Amino acid sequence: MPVLTYRDALNQALREEMQRNADVFLMGEEVGVYQGAYKVSRGLLEEFGPKRVVDTPIAELGFAGIGVGAAMAGLRPVVEFMTWNFALLALDQIINSAAKMLYMSGGQLKMPIVFRGPNGAALQLGSQHSQAWESWLAHMPGLKVVAPATPADAKGLLKAAIRDDNPVIVLEGEMLYNTKGEVPEGEHVVPIGRAEVKRAGSDVTLICHSKTVTVALKAAEQLQEQNVSAEVLDLRSLRPMDEPAILESIAKTNRAVVVEEGWPHCGVGAQVVDIIQRDAFDQLDAPVQRVTQADAPMPYNKHLERAAKASPEKVVAAARRVLYLD
Amino acid sequence: MLRQMLLIRRFEEKAAEAYALGKIGGFCHLYIGQEAVAVGSLNALRDDDYVICSYREHGQALVRGIPATAVMAELFGKATGCSRGKGGSMHLFDAGKRFMGGHGIVGGHIPLAAGLGFAIKYRDGDQLCLCYFGEAAVNIGAFHEALNMASVWKLPVIFCCENNRYGMGTAFERVAAVTDVVEHACSYDLAAELVNGMDALAVYEATTRAVDRARKGGHPTLLEVRTYRFMGHSMSDPLHGVYRTKEEVEEQRQRDPITQMAHKLIGDGVLDQAGVDALDAEVRAEVEAAVQFADQSPDPEPGALLTDVLAE
Repeated sequence: MPVLTYRDALNQALREEMQRNADVFLMGEEVGVYQGAYKVSRGLLEEFGPKRVVDTPIAELGFAGIGVGAAMAGLRPVVEFMTWNFALLALDQIINSAAKMLYMSGGQLKMPIVFRGPNGAALQLGSQHSQAWESWLAHMPGLKVVAPATPADAKGLLKAAIRDDNPVIVLEGEMLYNTKGEVPEGEHVVPIGRAEVKRAGSDVTLICHSKTVTVALKAAEQLQEQNVSAEVLDLRSLRPMDEPAILESIAKTNRAVVVEEGWPHCGVGAQVVDIIQRDAFDQLDAPVQRVTQADAPMPYNKHLERAAKASPEKVVAAARRVLYLD
Repeated sequence: MLRQMLLIRRFEEKAAEAYALGKIGGFCHLYIGQEAVAVGSLNALRDDDYVICSYREHGQALVRGIPATAVMAELFGKATGCSRGKGGSMHLFDAGKRFMGGHGIVGGHIPLAAGLGFAIKYRDGDQLCLCYFGEAAVNIGAFHEALNMASVWKLPVIFCCENNRYGMGTAFERVAAVTDVVEHACSYDLAAELVNGMDALAVYEATTRAVDRARKGGHPTLLEVRTYRFMGHSMSDPLHGVYRTKEEVEEQRQRDPITQMAHKLIGDGVLDQAGVDALDAEVRAEVEAAVQFADQSPDPEPGALLTDVLAE
């Protein structure tokens, strides 16, 4: 199987879906002539032309709304945000227009649109450029939210998102674009709403998504050296969330740590913990622990930034707590 | 056109009554006084053009051909409403009529209009999108972003600003540095026209010129249509409130677009007073039937709560 970067896997998904359906087009800042701020759209302008690879002004609210309007007319827009930090300007269109168009029209207007771009902190970009928005977006009925961690999932979930008749949020990891992995060629579609066990284990479940899958896998290796067998469950999709997969893993390990890039208050982990306490309470051997970003805006200083982020060491410590090893 | 304006007027009067009786809930923004705008402009369109509106859209919905029964039933929240009782007064939809909704966030739908125009151009169509919004929406960023992109990409969109002078209770000149909305067209290289919104024929003619520009090469137009709302902002706002005088409202009522058109038609010998009265009786009966239909229609099934959240 070919080995691709996460970036090229996304590029392949876009290219294949644009070849497959002439209604699919890409719009956003720097997607065309510049080849993408993160080069995800490299080569697409040359292949599909400016009608289908549309460079926009820096006007997130406006071009997100134009995407929604185009979807109302039956096109299948892929709207790229240079980062999700800037997408806050477009939240009115994502929430008030896209997410509820089908509902408030009494089922008349489908909304086959994808909003995608990098999410979460990179390195020393400061408070306004280092944020993970999944809990905000996953809160909203009418949206689907996916956050792939591997190149294969990036391709498969983006293809699924483009084919979906609902608005799908694709949260890409800024720090994942250069990561490599095997990616199936051609028709590789990952169904939205299915988690995946990325590493099997029996003592504790590390529930994660996007960049924190890497964090959890590293933690699992360290735990293995301490004779703890950790299962790494990658949620992949945050809305809908794969509740059976979470419960199945808890039934096996009876202990869990939820890891995410976002802040702790009302975070994705809070939802996961709610599912576990509601449907697997009797199987738990310890309270579920969470590892999140520190409850503060992201600092610039690299030592402070490192201290703010979820890390393998923090996950190991949390796992040891739920195992009562310390 | 006279009949359409009368239909809106009588429909809105009945809606006000039904609101007072508690049959219509929530926000309800009446169109009384502004009828000439919807009627004049929509008559210049084809059936395959798109229409998108703000939340003061009962009039446009009726002129676009959504049956009064379906509009009234939607206001009553009934399953037979044009949005199946899930939209309400502010969210009237009829995809078949290419009526792409009433939208409730001021200015938020203006980019959607540009998106509909984008889709027309993408498919090499010769349709257009007519977008209505109030003058208060001109102060919001979405207006400027949408006009800019519509112009850069030459999208077939007509931006129709219904300037009724007040954003809720705030006079436009109190909050806008530039009070002639048409002037904003200069910033974005749009065609523009200032129109008397109390004259349906003038609105029709200006819209027809904008339609021609849109169909031939997709040049967008900004129309500023000067009109006046005879009623309060919504049903919870009294007739003139504290932000405008009774005298001002009375003075504007002398420019009633319906009376003006009736006088013109009578003066031109097209109709006599009996003819006008007959039209009025006809639309009153239509509206009465709509109220009865809405009254007798069922509420949505309880299960409707969770349908249409996501498409299958």
